[in-house]
Amino acid sequence: MNDMTPTREQREAALEGMGCKRKRVEDVRFTQGKGQYVDDLKLPGMVFGDFVRSPYAHAKVTKIDATEALKIPGVIAVLTAEDLKGVNLAWMPTLAGDVQMVLADGKVLYQNQEVAFVVAEDRYIADDAIQLVEVEYEELPVLVDPFQSMAPDAPVLRPDLEGKTEGAHGPRKHHNHIFNWGVGDKDETAKAFSEADVTIKELISYHRTHPSPLETCQCVASMDKVKGELTVYGTFQAPHVIRTVASLLSTIPEHKIHVIAPDIGGGFGNKVGAYPGYICAIVASIVTGIPVKWVEDRMENLSTTSFARDYHMTTEIAAKNDGTVTGLKVHVLADHGGFDACADPSKWPAGFFNIVTGSYDFPTAHLEVDGVYTNKAPGGVAYRCSFRVTEAAYCIERAMDILAQKLDMDPADLRLKNFVKPEQFPYQSALGWEYDSGDYHTAMHKAMDTIGYRELRAEQKAKQEAFKRGETREIMGIGVSFFTEIVGAGPSKNCDILGVAMFDSAEIRVHPTGSVISRMGTKSQGQGHETTWAQIIATEIGIPAADIMVEEGNTDTAPYGLGTYGSRSTPVAGAAIALAARKIRNKAQMIAAHMLEVSEYDLEWDIDGFQVKGNPQARKSMKEIAWAAYHAPPPNMEPGLEAVSYYDPPNMTYPFGAYFCVMDIDVDTGVAKTRRFYALDDCGTRINPMIIEGQVHGGLTEAFAIAMGQEITYDEMGNVMGASFMDFFIPTAVETPHWETDHTVTPSPHHPIGAKGVGESPNVGGVPAFSNAVNDAFQFMGSTHIQMPHDAWRIWQAAKDLGAHG
Amino acid sequence: MIPGEFTYHRPSSVAEAVAILVSHGDEARPLSGGHSLIPMMKLRMAAPEHLVDLAGIADLKGISESGDNIVIGAMTTQNELINSALLTEKLPIIRETSLLIADPQIRYVGTLGGNVANGDPGNDMPALMQCLNASYVLAGPDGEREVAAREFYEAAYFTALAPEELLTAVKIPVPPAGHGFAYEKLKRKVGDYATAAAAVVLTMNGSSVDFCSIALTNVSDTPLYAGDASAILTGSTLDSDTIKRAVAAAEAITDPASDARGPAEYRTKMAGIMLQRALTRAAERANR
Ligand SMILES: Cc1cc2nc3c(=O)[nH]c(=O)nc-3n(C[C@H](O)[C@H](O)[C@H](O)COP(=O)(O)OP(=O)(O)OC[C@H]3O[C@@H](n4cnc5c(N)ncnc54)[C@H](O)[C@@H]3O)c2cc1C
Repeated sequence: MNDMTPTREQREAALEGMGCKRKRVEDVRFTQGKGQYVDDLKLPGMVFGDFVRSPYAHAKVTKIDATEALKIPGVIAVLTAEDLKGVNLAWMPTLAGDVQMVLADGKVLYQNQEVAFVVAEDRYIADDAIQLVEVEYEELPVLVDPFQSMAPDAPVLRPDLEGKTEGAHGPRKHHNHIFNWGVGDKDETAKAFSEADVTIKELISYHRTHPSPLETCQCVASMDKVKGELTVYGTFQAPHVIRTVASLLSTIPEHKIHVIAPDIGGGFGNKVGAYPGYICAIVASIVTGIPVKWVEDRMENLSTTSFARDYHMTTEIAAKNDGTVTGLKVHVLADHGGFDACADPSKWPAGFFNIVTGSYDFPTAHLEVDGVYTNKAPGGVAYRCSFRVTEAAYCIERAMDILAQKLDMDPADLRLKNFVKPEQFPYQSALGWEYDSGDYHTAMHKAMDTIGYRELRAEQKAKQEAFKRGETREIMGIGVSFFTEIVGAGPSKNCDILGVAMFDSAEIRVHPTGSVISRMGTKSQGQGHETTWAQIIATEIGIPAADIMVEEGNTDTAPYGLGTYGSRSTPVAGAAIALAARKIRNKAQMIAAHMLEVSEYDLEWDIDGFQVKGNPQARKSMKEIAWAAYHAPPPNMEPGLEAVSYYDPPNMTYPFGAYFCVMDIDVDTGVAKTRRFYALDDCGTRINPMIIEGQVHGGLTEAFAIAMGQEITYDEMGNVMGASFMDFFIPTAVETPHWETDHTVTPSPHHPIGAKGVGESPNVGGVPAFSNAVNDAFQFMGSTHIQMPHDAWRIWQAAKDLGAHG
Repeated sequence: MIPGEFTYHRPSSVAEAVAILVSHGDEARPLSGGHSLIPMMKLRMAAPEHLVDLAGIADLKGISESGDNIVIGAMTTQNELINSALLTEKLPIIRETSLLIADPQIRYVGTLGGNVANGDPGNDMPALMQCLNASYVLAGPDGEREVAAREFYEAAYFTALAPEELLTAVKIPVPPAGHGFAYEKLKRKVGDYATAAAAVVLTMNGSSVDFCSIALTNVSDTPLYAGDASAILTGSTLDSDTIKRAVAAAEAITDPASDARGPAEYRTKMAGIMLQRALTRAAERANR
């Protein structure tokens, strides 16, 4: 070897593989405004569709008259439920086993519900025509409070379900009841409570909010009547599922439907489901044979397409005097709005809420969830979390603080006492999960030491004394949160969507010159897949990430996959990528053996090629092997170098983390300032530390927003309040706290590269950290629980109710 | 979020603009920065058939001193207010307030004239103009008239401005050198309108208040000049009892709406807290 030969370190660095802080390749186009989003698309002859929406939350629709609207030049059609009935699409199935009106069929169930679809030559004409469609309504009594849904005299929201005592998930006990879901051991739990030294009970509510991606939901449907082929471009987090659903609903064969998800400007769960806008655009294009675009505006997005949360969790913990927890009991009242359009794996009506035992070794637990209808928009999607996992983490983390308060114990110490111990993994939780790996104590101690937890507690004590003496009007809160997530849905034994098992896939093709194209069943909405997927392949097959192109979102070219949400991409598709890459490496080894005229067992892998054991000079790089694969493959071997892998995970993965929030609160205005926020994440193997940091920053910013004010509310008439960015809290750089990030690494034992997924951890762990900080600040005044969101006026109200204003 | 159809006009003189307004009556609306009007049009809460863009009228720009007054042209942007050396020296509270309005992008385009003519109780400049006892110069078919800021606002979006009139300038009497001032605004985030805000200008003579003027933003359907509170403080040493009484007098004239910023009670109390904090800061800044 001469001096110019790169060292092993140089060869390794050249790959920019796993562990490298590789810059995001997609950002080159995003930061230059060169992304291609759905609304950038202009097809020849394309027309535009938009909705007439209901001003009422609950009303009969007695008449729809489009005569005047149709007189406007440029208006092509006005679709109503009657028209959709002709193609059997006035209603559509939801992912949760319910049905949902596409257009108002005789009544409306929430404000802004879709009533008619106007198709016009441009958006301006469509909007003018909307004003002229005359709709007559007969108002009905409105139901907004989920606690009133099952009152005997509650209004009937769903006459279509009349007499149906059996729902998609078992018996219904009231006309506004959707399902009851129970897990765990009721009797054992009751016993734990009867024998407990100490118990706590609190109604912990997680308010209604919305994923609010920067880009709203939108699509362009284009029917080629001659070929009988339908192309749908859309903001789809799960394009393959959308194609299957479109085929089942339209009866167009699946191979004649092309679904393309171009660049997506954020999803956060909002873009998983199917919406009336998609159906109407598709029907309008099928009928007219011209491309139809539908684009939501911000208010439509916030008020109609898939909200998140609205979980009301009555939580009880039983414990011994020394703090050891002995039982957990949770009852959830879940407000699903007018239709059950939750996006969960089909058999899981409350998602994976049974992760609610959290990071703690509860010997027994019992959980029950009742889903109910109200006159609110449907949804209940996982807003940057795995299915209902944020709700569960908030529930248990708030409850542990309440227990600590009752026991007069430090909340961090209470957690340390009850953590599942490292030697208990794989750990069987009382509510049915098998946690793959974890080292909670190490993470917690590292976090406490780094932020100086004990010193902060001392400072807080001194501040409380000063406050009592009247020397300051500021109080201090320390929020502790230690979350365990469950992500990576999921194993086919328990996860499917409409019957399709929740595997994911990857296809990798190595070209003769040693560059690569690879395609996955996932779809990035900003997560940086084009960067990280290439890094996994780079490490696995020794080809530089820069020479690997990643493509997702086109159902014609990508292998079938279930899409990106619930932090499933790395746990599921990430594994498929590694396994497909390993197939390629195995074949490459045989080719190298042939080239070097040795047995393949005499070869060893070395960063970017194979070398003969004990004779590293005799080596073939992947580039050389790739050429040989197309030029002179071994006899009896198929030429080419490509592989496909479909991965059905054996288990979920369980990322975890320790988050601390230090907050100063002005008692007189209710303004809370986050002084410090420290987030330690353990997501197993770290593929790209810079992307992880970015994901954590983004998720924490959302958590901050949700905990401190982001909310969709309704007045008693069912009018949706705050459905614009004037009121819906999206923090700017000015409000957003500074984030301190940290990590430990506990790989997943069952994942091919040990990675667990991280995109949603910060939202899951962040919300309880913020809420616990606010609650912690007021504890010394005798408060046990203050409901979210903690915007200034509500904090002020809490302070007032506690007598802090004198 | 798409406005109705309208005709766009771009006159180059005040007279020409007034003539267009006269010929279309309520169907025409002046357009300055558009950062209040265009959102209303997109929501179809306003649907003017004629938009009269004032951007081409050079006479409506500029900040000048004339005798005891500072005169600011209606089309002066909020960003120009922030960067004016004259205002920074003579009327620093305008800069302080402007910096609390919206965000830089909006301030590059939003104008003082639009902000005060709009009649939205959430706008910050109207209360400030009441605090400073400014008057507005209105040009109409019959010539010019002046209306005091304290007399201009009738109800939300209802002002003394007639449909065929244009607000051409704001005239502000220069407060004495060494005056103390503060604009305290509580808001949920950058770019938000006030939950409550208070403007204070005062002068001190030794330890007692010589002169005091107070106005409040967004705690009623108009901006509020707090005359009683101002009177209570004048002559006092800003002792805590007097401040308490003044705050109570200011709170008493509020009548805020309950909205996502908080219930009425909260917003009234916040007006009081903002006033207290503005008084403290203004007193610290005043020459003695
Ligand atoms: C996100 C956002 C946040 C904001 N936050 C704040 C804030 O915190 N505080 C605040 O004060 N403002 C705020 N604004 C409003 C902003 O300051 C506007 O620019 C201002 O209120 C109006 O000024 P304009 O020049 O844009 O007026 P326009 O929008 O053009 O006009 C407003 C109204 O005044 C009329 N008008 C305008 N000029 C004249 C004139 N010369 N004569 C007669 N009538 C006239 C128009 O016909 C219209 O009815 C915000 C705006 C946005 C979009």
